[in-house]
Amino acid sequence: MSGGALPAARRDWLPVLLVPALALLALPFIPSLPTWVTLTVAGLAMGMMIFIMASGLTLVFGLMDVMNFAHGAFISIGAYAAVSVLIPMKAMMQADSLATNLTAIAPAILAAMAVGGLLGWFFERVLIRPVYGDHLKQILVTMGGLIVAEQAIHVVWGPDIIPVPRPVSVGGAFTFGDIAVEKYRVLAVVVGLGVFATMALVLNRTRLGLLIRAGVENPEMVESLGYRIRRLFIGVFVAGSALAGLGGAMWAMYQETVFAGMGMQLMVLIFIVIIIGGMGSVTGCFIGALLVGLVANYTGFIAPKLALGSNILLMVLVLLWRPRGLYAIGKS
Amino acid sequence: MPEALLSLAGVNTHIGQYHILHGVDLNVPQSGLTMLLGRNGAGKTTALRTVMGLWRASAGSIRLGDNEIHQRATPDIARLGIAYVPENMGIFAGLTVRENLLLAAREHVMDEKRLAWIFELFPAMKKFWNGLAGNLSGGQKQMLAISRAVIERRKLMLIDEPTKGLAPAIITAMIEAFKELKRDSTLLVVEQNFHFARSLGDYVAVMDSGRIVYAGRMAELAADESLQQRLLGLSLDSHQ
Ligand SMILES: Nc1ncnc2c1ncn2[C@@H]1O[C@H](COP(=O)(O)OP(=O)(O)O)[C@@H](O)[C@H]1O
Ligand SMILES: [Mg+2]
Repeated sequence: MSGGALPAARRDWLPVLLVPALALLALPFIPSLPTWVTLTVAGLAMGMMIFIMASGLTLVFGLMDVMNFAHGAFISIGAYAAVSVLIPMKAMMQADSLATNLTAIAPAILAAMAVGGLLGWFFERVLIRPVYGDHLKQILVTMGGLIVAEQAIHVVWGPDIIPVPRPVSVGGAFTFGDIAVEKYRVLAVVVGLGVFATMALVLNRTRLGLLIRAGVENPEMVESLGYRIRRLFIGVFVAGSALAGLGGAMWAMYQETVFAGMGMQLMVLIFIVIIIGGMGSVTGCFIGALLVGLVANYTGFIAPKLALGSNILLMVLVLLWRPRGLYAIGKS
Repeated sequence: MPEALLSLAGVNTHIGQYHILHGVDLNVPQSGLTMLLGRNGAGKTTALRTVMGLWRASAGSIRLGDNEIHQRATPDIARLGIAYVPENMGIFAGLTVRENLLLAAREHVMDEKRLAWIFELFPAMKKFWNGLAGNLSGGQKQMLAISRAVIERRKLMLIDEPTKGLAPAIITAMIEAFKELKRDSTLLVVEQNFHFARSLGDYVAVMDSGRIVYAGRMAELAADESLQQRLLGLSLDSHQ
């Protein structure tokens, strides 16, 4: 290495550019600009919700090398918890007043996060703690946990798809000439950006964040410096599970339905996102989620049969370019 | 020999199904530097990891001063005042030099005097203060790993092969730095470079096949070529 100061924490911007590049690439394949705008906003909104659901899982993997399929249960049970709060308050959701809508939404969201977090805490203690360091057992045990959770949903809430009321004040769309942008999608983007900004702030500006970043790279060394990484891990696990519940509730209001298999269905996309982003990287997870959301919406329009396949193709292309994901964490 | 700060007695360690340490007895005298020598695969790294609680000893006793630490968790062992520099250095590549050191300062603030001392020992730390640790050269990474160990005063430092992969000029600088470190703390250092070991060691222990096969003063081993030949398969002088 030659003299001169190293640039402070040089940022790698190439992956960030993939998002606008992908949007522009899709433009010629879509017949009208308003359609393209609609699909792009829908893709970003979907990406933001997937990011909210996936962000905790990528940190959990990075910190403790744990493969947790049961994360899908936090999403679906979180969503059902929100729905249980929303349905009795249906009238408030249908009032044309933001304040009245919010008095229904706020407790629903809190319920989703509380239930997600509590369930996460319980799963960590009961299922995951006994199988540290053994990926095969983790996959089996957490898959089992996901299946049991799905059955439990059938028992508690019944086997049928439940329609979810969407709040009136975030229904409808903003219109700009020919272009219509659904209000709920804008809300999803705002919440997603808020979660990302908060996580970035905590990770980069606080001592707790410093510990998490160090722990994701080398948990053994963090312990050797005198920190109890287990506590850190449980905290991240519970926070990540609460976020999964939040994402599940938002997804339920977006789809206007909930069903027991929703968590399992979303887990496929979430794993693709985490692998694309680089296991353990929150920024990578964010960009990966946006890419996956956009690809799902563009191909859903251009060639609906290829929707899932296209995301797998996206993952393969990213891994050909960067075999350990967009932002590889320097595991040592 | 002075009283032992760290003492292992009859320590056995298994890694999975493999029995690696077969009753290690090792005393690290208070103050000064103990060199742990032995061929590749003898069990030196495993011994250090066992002291840190990164492997759990299946039998035996490990004492630091008055504390039995054998059953304790790694963070608790570290908090008793042991710093560990692993063979791969264990620096956080995605963090800056400053952040690496900040994590090692348990009270969340770095002592100005010790920091100045570190900058004197390793000027590169000052130069690359806000640079990513992952962008440092191999020698600078080793300097960062050692700085992280000394950012606070420790009772004991465990350092695994500090000269591994370093250029001769850097090893010479390291020897000077270690002379300073010896004044500050008790050290247990695993080493393959015999020139380095002989220049710095006050005491020496030699491991083979998961046991300590020799322990004494470095000066005695350094003076006895046939003993070196027998224990290490070569003489200290032949490897300058
Ligand atoms: N993670 C591990 N799994 C299985 N065997 C190991 C592991 N680490 C070390 N060993 C074995 O333990 C023995 C001692 O290794 P080590 O302590 O690294 O030796 P040294 O540091 O003296 O070169 C070697 O035979 C090595 O193969
Ligand atoms: Mg070794």
